[in-house]
Amino acid sequence: MSAKQAIDLKKTAIDWLGITPFLLFAVMFLIAPTLYLVTGAFLNPAGEFTFDNIRGLFTDKIIASYWISIKVSLASSLGGAFIGFFLAWAVVLGGLPSWIRSSLLTFSGVASNFAGVPLAFAFLATLGRTGLVTILLRDWFGINLYATGFNLLSFLGLTITYMYFQIPLMVLIITPALDGLKKEWREAAEILGATNTQYWMKVALPILFPSILGTTLLLFANSFGAIATAYSLTGSTFNIVPIQLYAQIRGDVLHNPNLGYALALGMIVITGISNLIYIWLRMRAERWQK
Amino acid sequence: MKTQKIGAWIAILFGASYFVVPLIATFEFSLRMRRGEYSFDAYRSVFSDVQFRESFSYSIVMAILTIIFGVLLVVPTAYWVRLRLPQMRPVVEFITLMPLVIPAIVIVFGYLRLYNSSSFIPFTGSARGTDALLMFSFMTLSLPYMYRSVDTAMRTIDVGTLTEAAQSLGASWPTIMFKCIFPNVMSGVLSGAFITFAIVIGEFTMPSLLNRPAFGPYLQLIGANRAYEPPALAIIAFAITWLSMALLQLASRLNKSAPSRP
Repeated sequence: MSAKQAIDLKKTAIDWLGITPFLLFAVMFLIAPTLYLVTGAFLNPAGEFTFDNIRGLFTDKIIASYWISIKVSLASSLGGAFIGFFLAWAVVLGGLPSWIRSSLLTFSGVASNFAGVPLAFAFLATLGRTGLVTILLRDWFGINLYATGFNLLSFLGLTITYMYFQIPLMVLIITPALDGLKKEWREAAEILGATNTQYWMKVALPILFPSILGTTLLLFANSFGAIATAYSLTGSTFNIVPIQLYAQIRGDVLHNPNLGYALALGMIVITGISNLIYIWLRMRAERWQK
Repeated sequence: MKTQKIGAWIAILFGASYFVVPLIATFEFSLRMRRGEYSFDAYRSVFSDVQFRESFSYSIVMAILTIIFGVLLVVPTAYWVRLRLPQMRPVVEFITLMPLVIPAIVIVFGYLRLYNSSSFIPFTGSARGTDALLMFSFMTLSLPYMYRSVDTAMRTIDVGTLTEAAQSLGASWPTIMFKCIFPNVMSGVLSGAFITFAIVIGEFTMPSLLNRPAFGPYLQLIGANRAYEPPALAIIAFAITWLSMALLQLASRLNKSAPSRP
């Protein structure tokens, strides 16, 4: 080995040494735990390879919990994306005073981080059986909310609660995309005789589409993995996947540890796919924001 | 144009009422403890609860430790990747985004299986060990936010030139790190610190499954057993989140007023 090669080798070694702590951290606290669960999902208790655990996911109870999770996540992400988009549109293009824009963005920063257990408390105090809105509807308008079949501890209630952090997240991500719509595009469209509807259908929405779809997927993954709000709202009565996994971790309610790993794998697959598509769409969307 | 403005106002009024009504309702509910009149009894009851004080200070200590160790891990890594290993950037960035992809409950599930008392590295074998594991799990949770804010702050400084300047004046690596790089990315460090604080304080899943007496599990316990304290706690939690975000905005404003290029 020549002297130059030796120096190069030493330099490369030092280069890699610099991020060793980070790589070690990543392996110990992200990669190894995930791989352990993923491989465990394909092993039987004796340690042999099997697809039984994956097959075990397709039983009525587990399918039902995936289905209710997907429904809640889908409804809250679509609702959050829809309402969030209109709020962002209102402050960017609606010609409102600028203090409304800055207060909406500040509030969104707070509310998108206001999740977990306290959020459940807030909605119990609002729409629970003795919540303020429930009482006011009864006293002022004579509407008995709970007699109409509404229940906060249900699909609809959980969706409304989740939207409290979904809408602000949408506002935070989609506002820069709306800011990126150039005035020239609108002017060009108008000069060519386009109506407002045509401009939105043929120019603005196609440009925004990757951002909107991508953020919706992000919101979906965001609520799919959430547990604290649902758990303190409904206890373990509402069988979304994270709550079932929580019960499994606490007390092996499925009576098969490897089936628990498969349950976790299912969650990773669903949040993973939606996040990867989100990242890919985001890279596409950024082309327009330069 | 006229209809557009009306539409915008309708959207904002709808959004504002959806956001504000639950806060008013929560506050009103928290005042109802004394029959027939409003009072701050629920807050008094919360603050005089020993468990509240213990779990809250436990979570604050954990948050501070998470921030210190998180910063010590993230700043040198982001620096080194920019300086020496630019080809590793996509990989490192991908790793920092992983905690957003893998749900927290799955990550902690992996920890419990991998680091239980009969394993090779028995973190959960002792209370101190579990505390350490909990801190690492909080670091993992906040990694995406911490890395992004530090890396954004580092984009505005020229790390190569700064390092060469320091080296030609005879500075050692620790001096470069703590006297040149850290002060220059302070705004990013602070942004990351405040968002970490907001995340760690209320986190439920990880401390609950690791059985540590943090604020999140305490909130859940109170929610299951009391009537008027939970909304009071929700208001307190909201105030803490608000404060963290206000400090974060302040920190990022510091960044903008600084010269963008040396």
